[in-house]
Amino acid sequence: MMTPRGYAGKFLDIDLTNEKITNTTFPEKDLEQYFGGRGLAAKILWDRIGEKWREVDPLGPDNLFIALGGPMTGIYPGGRICISGKSPVSNGTVGSTASTEFAHELRTAGYDGVIVSGRAEKPVYIMVTEEGGEIKDASHLWGTMGEETIKLLNKEVTRVLDSKKEIGLWKEPGMIYVGPAGENMVRNACVMTKLCHAAGYGGYGSLMGSKNLKAIVAKGRGALPEVYAPEAVKLLWKRAHEHLIANDSFRRQGTGYGGWSTATSYSSEPVRNWQDEWHDERSFGGPMFETRFWVKKKWSDFNCTTNCMKVACVKSGKWKGAITDNPDYELQAYCGANFGVFDPAENIHLSALIDNLGHSGIGGANTMGFAAELYQRGILTEEDLGFKLEWGDAEAFDKIARLIAYREGIGDVLAEGTYRAALKLTEMKGVDCMPYAIHVKGIEIGAHGTRSDADFLAHDIGYAVNVQGGDHTSIVRDGYHELSGAVFADSAVYCSFARTPQELIFDYAKAITGYPLTIESWRRENGPRIVTLQKAFLLLGGPDVIWEPIKDDDNPERFYAPLPTGPFKGRTTDRKLVERRRLAYFETLGWDDRGIPTKETLNRLDLGYLEKSMTGLR
Amino acid sequence: MTSIWIVRDYENCSGCRRCELACSFHHEGWMWPEASRVRVFMPFPGVEVPHLCAQCDDYPCVESCPVDALSVDADTTAVIVDRDACTSCGACYRACPGTVPFLHPADNKATICDLCGGDPECVKVCKEAGYNCLRLVHEGMSPNRKLFSRNPIEVAKDLAVKMFGEKGEEVI
Amino acid sequence: MPGGYAGKWLEVDLSKDKIEEVTYSDKILEQYFGGRGLAAKIAWDKVGDKWSEMDPLAPESPLMVYTGPMTAIYPGTRICVSGKSPVSMGTVGSTAATELANEMKSAGYDGVTFMGKADKPVYLLITDNSAELVDASHLWGLDGEKTLIKLNKEVTDELTKRKPNVGLWKDPGMIYIGPAGENLIRNAAVLAKICHAAGYGGYGSLMGSKNLKAVVAKGRGTLPVVDAPEATILLWKKTHEHLMARSAMRRQGTGYAGYAVGADTSSEPIRNWQEEWHDEKSFGGPMFETRFWVKKKWADFNCTTNCMKVSCIKTGPWKGDITDMPDYELQAYCGTNFGIFDPEANIHLSALADQLGHSGINGPNTAGFAVELHQRGILSDEDFGFKPKWGDVETFDKILRMMAYREGIGDVLAEGTYKAAFLIAKMKGKKPEELLKYAVHVKGIEVGAHGTRSDADYTHDISYAASVQGGDHTSVASDGYNDMSGAVFTDSAVFCNFTYYGVPQSLVFDFAKAITGFPMTLHGWRSVTGPRIVTLQKALLMMGGPGLKWEPIKDDDNPPRFYEPLPSGPYKGKTTDKAVVDQKLQAYFDTLGWDNRGIPTKETLKKLDLAFLEKSMAKLR
Repeated sequence: MMTPRGYAGKFLDIDLTNEKITNTTFPEKDLEQYFGGRGLAAKILWDRIGEKWREVDPLGPDNLFIALGGPMTGIYPGGRICISGKSPVSNGTVGSTASTEFAHELRTAGYDGVIVSGRAEKPVYIMVTEEGGEIKDASHLWGTMGEETIKLLNKEVTRVLDSKKEIGLWKEPGMIYVGPAGENMVRNACVMTKLCHAAGYGGYGSLMGSKNLKAIVAKGRGALPEVYAPEAVKLLWKRAHEHLIANDSFRRQGTGYGGWSTATSYSSEPVRNWQDEWHDERSFGGPMFETRFWVKKKWSDFNCTTNCMKVACVKSGKWKGAITDNPDYELQAYCGANFGVFDPAENIHLSALIDNLGHSGIGGANTMGFAAELYQRGILTEEDLGFKLEWGDAEAFDKIARLIAYREGIGDVLAEGTYRAALKLTEMKGVDCMPYAIHVKGIEIGAHGTRSDADFLAHDIGYAVNVQGGDHTSIVRDGYHELSGAVFADSAVYCSFARTPQELIFDYAKAITGYPLTIESWRRENGPRIVTLQKAFLLLGGPDVIWEPIKDDDNPERFYAPLPTGPFKGRTTDRKLVERRRLAYFETLGWDDRGIPTKETLNRLDLGYLEKSMTGLR
Repeated sequence: MTSIWIVRDYENCSGCRRCELACSFHHEGWMWPEASRVRVFMPFPGVEVPHLCAQCDDYPCVESCPVDALSVDADTTAVIVDRDACTSCGACYRACPGTVPFLHPADNKATICDLCGGDPECVKVCKEAGYNCLRLVHEGMSPNRKLFSRNPIEVAKDLAVKMFGEKGEEVI
Repeated sequence: MPGGYAGKWLEVDLSKDKIEEVTYSDKILEQYFGGRGLAAKIAWDKVGDKWSEMDPLAPESPLMVYTGPMTAIYPGTRICVSGKSPVSMGTVGSTAATELANEMKSAGYDGVTFMGKADKPVYLLITDNSAELVDASHLWGLDGEKTLIKLNKEVTDELTKRKPNVGLWKDPGMIYIGPAGENLIRNAAVLAKICHAAGYGGYGSLMGSKNLKAVVAKGRGTLPVVDAPEATILLWKKTHEHLMARSAMRRQGTGYAGYAVGADTSSEPIRNWQEEWHDEKSFGGPMFETRFWVKKKWADFNCTTNCMKVSCIKTGPWKGDITDMPDYELQAYCGTNFGIFDPEANIHLSALADQLGHSGINGPNTAGFAVELHQRGILSDEDFGFKPKWGDVETFDKILRMMAYREGIGDVLAEGTYKAAFLIAKMKGKKPEELLKYAVHVKGIEVGAHGTRSDADYTHDISYAASVQGGDHTSVASDGYNDMSGAVFTDSAVFCNFTYYGVPQSLVFDFAKAITGFPMTLHGWRSVTGPRIVTLQKALLMMGGPGLKWEPIKDDDNPPRFYEPLPSGPYKGKTTDKAVVDQKLQAYFDTLGWDNRGIPTKETLKKLDLAFLEKSMAKLR
């Protein structure tokens, strides 16, 4: 089979139960139709699990852990890896991406991705080089926090590589790993990389943990994959970077100036588990982070000049030693305002701690805020927790983060993620906890509210009909325009912050792959194909949760309560608008009025293989 | 035209204060550090903080002026002082969250950065020397701007900790 | 008043708590300019023929803190401190980079002459056209860093209280002394900005002897008007262009020399100059830069040379030490000279020397001298109270403190290398010569960190031997003509050497003309103004006293060590050529119109309008 351009050409298939490693390829048609990352992972999952989807426990050995690059990974600015599998939280699939050198190291080692099945008997990590994959003991790494994992693995792998082949100095490998939260199968735990980068949505940290897989490490020395039109790619690469470099305010401020302005201006920031979305705490403004904590003002991953990241380090006081990319708006909001914490040092500490524990800084922190609101309402008590969980008390949130990561006490319940914990606590306490659970389809919502309608991302059906639920990186607009956004970026696998004009991106994709691709064709075929397949998975769900069409295609209740303060006081999400746009969205994608893909649509998108399962749902 | 703004990267400031000299050349015709619209505060050696107007989106100084001597230049977003109208009451610097305006050492008139009408001299000399502590960007109004209107000693306290770690807590 | 001058000077009688404003004639200013030159002249005016009898640490000894006409306007602000030097007994124009200089000018003053002695610690506070003495009892005993932090806050608060309705008061400029100055450590420095020092001359002890802890200024006026403002502005821009083009200097500062001067030019003091070569890569610039530099381009007012780099130790026992490091001189003197090649230890000892108020060159020279005396068996463990060792941080940490507080042997070492040699010789019943062979000084001034033996550095044969400022590496002698427009000029115009080298001299002199309006030329300065200042300094140096008189020719020489062959390195075996020294010394005297013993002739004095010296010089001939 010929290798399509832009691909390294093979995938590693690793059966941990049988310790079997093989190289795998996929038909060119699959690659053209599903591209890579999010799209291709969904196809692989169907191929391998298919109609048994509902019966497969996401945390059981039959689920797959998939880490894929895409044809644009490493070549287009902003290298990323896409993690997928049956999501332990949504029970569908999420294309969960993280910026990491692991992605291009994998590709320069000759692989476009790794597909892990089964379950190792004891903790292992996988090492990928040009010689293939190797399963290695990770008993000594199990239990280590993220920072420690990186340090140990970096040293160890470099030493192993050196002992295998002398080349001069071996440069450090790329890696993805889980922290204690992932190991202990905290359901919404994430796959971590580079200390503070995460594939956060989808709960794939617990999936790794369920396989006893601590990390995957890759080191390649080959070239990045050959492309269809190399001269064009070189020119487009320069042009793309010109666009990134010109975005001065983004490069300067990152996302972290949003911690103050998103709240004060747009009033769409989670404050105390979304009881509010407005604050005017100047202490939380960008310069307060920048002046005191930013030790590197422009930090980036491979082939990126956006530099949205800023390395922050707390150098004195109680939280001395905390290092993270901060403020990153999401964690600034979720590990700050959402906890009622408005002190930059506390925010940096809690963000760093949550990263180090391997929690999702959004999902896990959402659950912690949820717990704090239950405490505020007297549903959870000091006895349940072992301490007071007051808003704004950084120490208390430090404790709850650890409790959940290690599944201690009430942490064991909260470790099931906000939605499942709400179900359990409702049962345990006899009080309906669901009104305080801010999630859509089990996925805790990103730090952009819909009520003010002033946010730059999230509106009415932004989350409600999203096949990735509360994922703010893959927001729904109208079933057409957004398909060339995150659905594309997550499948081509690059960072959506490597922002250039869409025309340039599609020319870039064509020049890399040689596929006869247009924005329109992607929006009409590839995008809908991927999203429809994801929708099918999501509808199938199971075994513990099955989402109800329409009823679960909605915002959490809180998003319909009026905003209590701020410039948008009294305003809330328009339920009628949600209903109307939801139907329009289904229609555009060729789904029926309950959101089930129609037979015609499946045929048109070459998804005939789904028909049997979808018939059952209609 | 897009409004302009002066980005400030405090840790890049060398303390050379050519910005003050360039500013005073432009506005005063001669070297006059204390009349410069940008003043580099240096409460501890090595911790230098260029202090200049950040053009807040709500212009509290303009609001505060009892005689309407302050106005906003629609093009640049700079605060413009009508020196004839100014009564030297000091309301503007008291209203400023960072106490940026000051009364001129010669005639006590309110003195505020006017962005040199669009091509700030301070930025030019800073860039020329390769510090890029002060840098010009063409950007629209942002609510974040007013967060830069901060007491320079407070800024220096933060900066000192970033530079010197725990020791930084003691030096200012 | 010629351009560039604020137009008035302060005269402060500390004994009487009296402050007056004085002015000097245009002629005096044209003849002596400012700083080093003017200070020598005013010192003469104040003391005159009684120079030899006056103890430099006595109340009647004047202390000058002067700017010059180019200060703050020409890039690289500096202040010049002078008076009768407690170490050389002549005068030194000892300069330090500090905003005190421009603040003083903005306040309306070109300088201050202190006389007398305050009965309790005071500092002088200069504000717009006004000055006052303020009690400094609460500052006495504080190290440099604490002095600066306290003074900054207290003065800013006071100014805000006095005149609240101006907006924010900006920080003042200041010079101060540390414990070493207070305790009259003879070679103590006058400090500024925690790590800047007017180091040569021992003026820290002179300040201490007057109970003067600090001089602080805050002015809100313009810098002085100049004769040709448009030309000055253009020249200012052009000068900065030259400075900004010096990429290596801006990037590396002087600190990359800690390795290079040792390894390449073999002229770095090692273990009290027993060697001048090392190849310790651990001491290279990048080892400082990568781990310690928290600001890579640091400058003083109106400077783009940025030779300074702010270093901070962030971990370990010396956590929190902050200084401009590596500055080559302290890198050498508080590093290699101690046998220390660890950047962190070097930063610590440099910061310590500065905070104690030592001169980072001279004090450590004495400390190194002491440890060599121990190595030679002249001083014992008991003399120190511990066993001193080369390369041992603790050893030098202790000695620097013992000196600053005059504890134990420190009390003797506090007299500076030269005097300590005599005192220890007496203590130990030895001939002074037996110790002086390890004393690396010229005319009581410990020699800067540039040796002459390899002849590969900028310092050669008579650089120190003939200099009226002895071991001062910032003002070395060459041929009595070309050197006159170097440091003699910059120390009198008062700006930094490092904003001078690399800028064409013709440009600098045009700058000087545009500022002052004086009809000056480079040749005029080299043949008249410079020689006038140097000849006056020479006269005061040769008058010396009390209890210390330099012997013509014999003392116009290098320290004995500079004639020992280099023991290692690429220049192994090489040493300073005594015959060349003798010959160039005579040529130097000749050029300056001094007799063959270096005493200015009557004709020369007349030619230079220095006839007032004739009576004193006649006695010496």
